[in-house]
Amino acid sequence: MPTDPVIEVAGVTKTFAGVRALGDVDFTLRRGEIHALVGENGAGKSTLIKVLTGIHTPDSGSITRNGHISTIYQEVNLVPLMSVSANLFLGREPRNRFGLIDRARRDADAAELLRGYGITADVSSPLGTLAVGEQQMVALARAVAADADVVIMDEPTSSLEPREVETLLGVVRKLHEAGIAIIYVSHRMDELYRICDTVTVLRDGANVHSGPLKELPRIELVSLMLGRSVKEIEKHGTTAFGEGHQADTQPVLEARDLTSKPRIGGVGVSIRPGEVVGLAGLLGSGRTETAKAIIGALPLDRGTVLVAGKPVAHNVKASMRAGISMLAEDRKTEGIIPNLSVRENIVLAALPRLSRFGVTSRSKQDRIVDTFVKRLRIKVSSPEQKVAELSGGNQQKVLLARWLCTEPRILLLDEPTRGIDVGAKAEVQALIDELAREGLAVLLISSELDELLDGADRLIVLRDGSVAGELEGDQLTREHVLTAIAAEVTDDSGDHAGSHQDSR
Amino acid sequence: MTVSETSRRHRAVLPKAARTKVLQRQGAAVALVLMVAVSWLVFPRFGSLDNLRDLALQGSFLVVIAIGMTFVIITGGIDLSVGSLYALGGVLAAWGSQYGFLAALALPLAVCGLIGLINGLLIARTNMAPFIVTLASLLFARGLLLAITDEGANTYQIPADSAFVELGRGTVFGFGYPIFVAAVLAVLGGMVLNRTNFGQNVFATGGAEQSAVLLGVPVAKTKVLVYTMSGTLAGLAGALTAAYLQSGVTVIGVGLELDAIAVVVIGGTLLTGGMGTILGTVIGVGLIKVIQNVINQIGTLDSNYQSVVSGVFLLIVVVLQRILRR
Repeated sequence: MPTDPVIEVAGVTKTFAGVRALGDVDFTLRRGEIHALVGENGAGKSTLIKVLTGIHTPDSGSITRNGHISTIYQEVNLVPLMSVSANLFLGREPRNRFGLIDRARRDADAAELLRGYGITADVSSPLGTLAVGEQQMVALARAVAADADVVIMDEPTSSLEPREVETLLGVVRKLHEAGIAIIYVSHRMDELYRICDTVTVLRDGANVHSGPLKELPRIELVSLMLGRSVKEIEKHGTTAFGEGHQADTQPVLEARDLTSKPRIGGVGVSIRPGEVVGLAGLLGSGRTETAKAIIGALPLDRGTVLVAGKPVAHNVKASMRAGISMLAEDRKTEGIIPNLSVRENIVLAALPRLSRFGVTSRSKQDRIVDTFVKRLRIKVSSPEQKVAELSGGNQQKVLLARWLCTEPRILLLDEPTRGIDVGAKAEVQALIDELAREGLAVLLISSELDELLDGADRLIVLRDGSVAGELEGDQLTREHVLTAIAAEVTDDSGDHAGSHQDSR
Repeated sequence: MTVSETSRRHRAVLPKAARTKVLQRQGAAVALVLMVAVSWLVFPRFGSLDNLRDLALQGSFLVVIAIGMTFVIITGGIDLSVGSLYALGGVLAAWGSQYGFLAALALPLAVCGLIGLINGLLIARTNMAPFIVTLASLLFARGLLLAITDEGANTYQIPADSAFVELGRGTVFGFGYPIFVAAVLAVLGGMVLNRTNFGQNVFATGGAEQSAVLLGVPVAKTKVLVYTMSGTLAGLAGALTAAYLQSGVTVIGVGLELDAIAVVVIGGTLLTGGMGTILGTVIGVGLIKVIQNVINQIGTLDSNYQSVVSGVFLLIVVVLQRILRR
């Protein structure tokens, strides 16, 4: 394998408004390697990527680039309203002899190119009509077709379903075989160990480790990222969930026959106080829809929701009054209000209870905010800090605090740890555990099977909008879940389950 | 991903997308065809060749301005200065006509193009809102216009024997030259928009600006170009009008920027940017002009109802866009 560096960074420092984002960082990417770049949120990964691509100019240090760099970001950075083929060839369109764009050839080239990535969608339709995974693949195809020598992938799999992840990893391997160097940023250990050769760990803006990944045990890697000792982590495990919970016998939430065609049909969920029930299933299997149906945010064809045996009218207001709260999946669009302060974000949902004749008591607000900031260990300089300035994990905690201060009995959590770093993830998981211990009924939706298996007392597996199985006790294993998901579904899901086992 | 899953996801998306496409792209066209058919039947004079020629000529000036506006709006911007630049272009053309054809044409294009360029530079380089920047030029150009014409007291006439007048009043088979100018520009505009790299950059800039930057689209340059183009085209429309009227009229063009925005939006271009067609804009102009023409034919109806009807039309289109985009 050729080993000459394609990117070499030496002693790079970058400061934003007095805050050091990168301090004296060295980083070398060699031709043809897949290099994992890991670190908690705020460790400086994004800044390093932006320095590499030239978006930021470093304050000091040197960067040598021996090739063309393309970056694939977590959010697909393409233009949704333009056609798939226009996106693919933007800036280097095929021309006819008059110098005009040859649209027929562009479509034909695009269709052929994408076939190699397993996409058969109509290339002349707007990109926005494709599924996220397919869009991601288009972005990747674009980067590769642009003759990139280096492809930087920033959390490319965070919004993909398992099957799409497999396709993407397959493409990454193909790029690798073609001699393209890849910088792979991800929080997912499994993926990193499956495809990466080398790893660089950033912590607090410094490079704390660079070297071959295979020789580095997982637990060592986590301890490097967190800056905590291996022993400490061994004691607590990689997820922060405790043992099973004491659950009362009478369910506090009972949802029956939830049907909203075509997305869910006949889904039933019951949760006892103190119990964490997990919803498993592939993307699009109806997990989020089930949670939305329970809280009354999804119009139902039929179905009832009972809280403590009493039926609840099917609207969000009534559900919240009955004690149901939901933490939405996409905290950017459905949750936080970035320009409001931490205090304002937290008390938002509880305002009606805190106010009299429309006037809110500031001292009551401060008291509640103070309690939750402490209890959830939210890292803020003051409650008046803007939420936008917080890290993903702390934003998630602010949201959690918002719903907790309405004193719910039932908490619906949709992907509560998505896109937040390992440390914050563990804290959020520990919090979920703690809340259940205090008697809250929790519905946990997660794409990470480990999180569900560790965190939930019981699992409901959804497939194509209906319940494919319920697992408890000894059945809470990866194999059981995959079997439930894959049952009746044809061969390629079976392959998928197999590949997961290989990876372990 | 399996084929069945792909198709299942697409089944949910496509009918709506198709519906949106038909209503947005062809909605104005359908309305135009209906309007023309009904007018033809109800008003015998509507279908006369004279009336149709007149209709086309009246529409041609607005088409020239609206082509520029279409580009601006697709980048997600707005250009409020075109009404003032239109009037300024007319006066400059009339004044310049004493020095010959070339001066009469070049002067308005250069000056209005320069003001457009300044608009574009301010918007692209300083990130100021297009609304504010072009509002400033609207006031600036209108003020300049009033200053050089002694508050409109001084009207520059174009000599009747000048070649420049021919540009506005000359005809082929009775169809005025401005119609052909507008038609050629519309075809060129459509080609630039859909078949050149610049056109793709215009769509990308308006569709997702941040992404466009990351995709290597020269966003700032694209913005500068569209505002320069819009200013130049407004100046050209002014010059054509002056040639047609044989004088530089100072009071015209007030509120014309709003007509231009209206026809662009009626033609299916998204006011938020990223999507639109020149053909749609031309159809939008046709629709507005047919409505005006019909109201004139009724005769008993106050001509102010033209605006009322245009306003209602605009509202319907915008509401439809909003509903369909959900």
